Amino acid sequence: MKLFAMESAGPNVLGANRLRMRLRLGAAAALLALVPLALGLAGCAPAGPPGTDTTSGAGSTPVVSELSGTLNVYAAASLKETFTELAAQFQAQHPKVEVSLSFDGSSTLVTQISQGAPADVFASADTATMTKLSDAGLAQGSPVDFASNVLTLVVPPGNPANINSFADVAKPGVKLVVCAPKVPCGAASTSDAASAGLMLKPVSEELSVTGVLGKVTSGEADAGLVYVTDAKAAGAKVLSIPLDLPKPTVNHYPIAAVESSKAGQLAQGFIALVTGAQGQKVLQDAGFGAP
Amino acid sequence: MPALAPPRPAAQRRRSWGYTAVPRWIYAVAAVGALFILLPLMGMVSQVKWGQFLALISSESSLAALLLSLKTATASTSLCIIFGVPLALVLARAQFVGQRVLRALILLPLVVPPVVGGLALLYTFGRQGLLGQSLQVLGIEIAFSTAAVVMAQTFVALPFLVLSLEGTLRTAGQKYEAVAATLGARPSTVLRRITLPLVLPGLVSGAVLAFARSLGEFGATLTFAGSLQGVTRTLPLEIYLQRETDPEAAVALSFLLIAVAAVVVTVTYRVPKSPLRALLAGPAS
Repeated sequence: MKLFAMESAGPNVLGANRLRMRLRLGAAAALLALVPLALGLAGCAPAGPPGTDTTSGAGSTPVVSELSGTLNVYAAASLKETFTELAAQFQAQHPKVEVSLSFDGSSTLVTQISQGAPADVFASADTATMTKLSDAGLAQGSPVDFASNVLTLVVPPGNPANINSFADVAKPGVKLVVCAPKVPCGAASTSDAASAGLMLKPVSEELSVTGVLGKVTSGEADAGLVYVTDAKAAGAKVLSIPLDLPKPTVNHYPIAAVESSKAGQLAQGFIALVTGAQGQKVLQDAGFGAP
Repeated sequence: MPALAPPRPAAQRRRSWGYTAVPRWIYAVAAVGALFILLPLMGMVSQVKWGQFLALISSESSLAALLLSLKTATASTSLCIIFGVPLALVLARAQFVGQRVLRALILLPLVVPPVVGGLALLYTFGRQGLLGQSLQVLGIEIAFSTAAVVMAQTFVALPFLVLSLEGTLRTAGQKYEAVAATLGARPSTVLRRITLPLVLPGLVSGAVLAFARSLGEFGATLTFAGSLQGVTRTLPLEIYLQRETDPEAAVALSFLLIAVAAVVVTVTYRVPKSPLRALLAGPAS
């Protein structure tokens, strides 16, 4: 890619330079041919890109799997880390299988699936969005809950507004950022605030939980409401303050095979991995609650 | 030199430009190009529920978003004109070391994803940013304000005006400016009486492009300004949000946004004429 960019930025390559250009393109093609090799080498890393060859990881499982083909997994954005790891594990168990992952907001994914996107498995960040898929007759059987998530308060390192409890975010002058009530994390924020008896006055209602996290990690906001898994993944970039609610709003994550899928056996296999002990360990290590 | 020819009657003038050097097959390829843009538009329009259209676009949040979008796009277009005209003049007329690099850098917002632009603004004017702490001392907080929306829009729209105007300035050439100067006009007078009238069509089309780009701004606004009804949530952000729960409202609002942009562009945008032809049509005075 870089070589082609250099071509176009270079001087006039017409006329006498044409031969030289062809030679340079040849070199570029030769280099590009090396790329799959490099990707194959990187495939054994746990966070390797989806769809890469992981035959090198197959040594851990002696049983040779019969399954083969491509499995398209559409999953909520908050599942990015965990599902990337689970896909690598699935490919390690089934060397002939390629898992292709697509992460986005749950409702965006449902829109794509209902418009014919080739999804085999759909994992949603909330029950309401999964219901949309079921109502459209696009889910196989009834969806299974595989994880849960609750909200937490996050503040930038150093805690500039001196926030020590959920009630502190209602203090005047505190720049609080939450999700808009229309998106799942915003709905949870609204009900958590109600159960704490707080009137939230956010300076921004973001369109996704990543938007909230970004505003907090950049120090723009004094506090934000995100899922505990987001806070955990952000590491030292935020300080996490538990909400300490007697009855916190719990978001359930359901998973289902997509009706139009032609890889039914693979889909069921992947769902079994996610809901089984192996998948549950990965999810709970990332901060997800039991389903 | 056609520029020096005496003005001719209108009918004669039109005929002299009547020849079109477009081979027939070009029309076929052009039609494919046009369909590529028009078909998705038709696809969207076909999804609009006309029966509920007015109800869908007249909700409180939709009206607030539309009003905010029109206000901020107007403000950012004004800023683009105030700063873009001098910038285009300097790029087109002056000669200095690093001019090419400066031009490339100024046009950068055209190529970087708007989200990246938003991040750049955040790291400059945000609380922890380059200038943020000095601004905070002065009591200025930009983040989460309507001013941040205007800044994000100006950032992405400014290159459209500069690019359009610089091109017109170069095509116009400096002949008339030089003549005016030899007749004793001072540089500011030349700018006011010769240069600006000469490039006005290019300035107008540049401003229209900047307005249209501001109206559609999404990524930089979301990253830098946030999203709050009536303060920072412009029409594109409202569309994205409505899509979560109410796709029909999102489609209706998208149609509204397209309609507003189409009306503004059709009414005011003219393909900039070559300044020579503008002069033939009648001396710019």
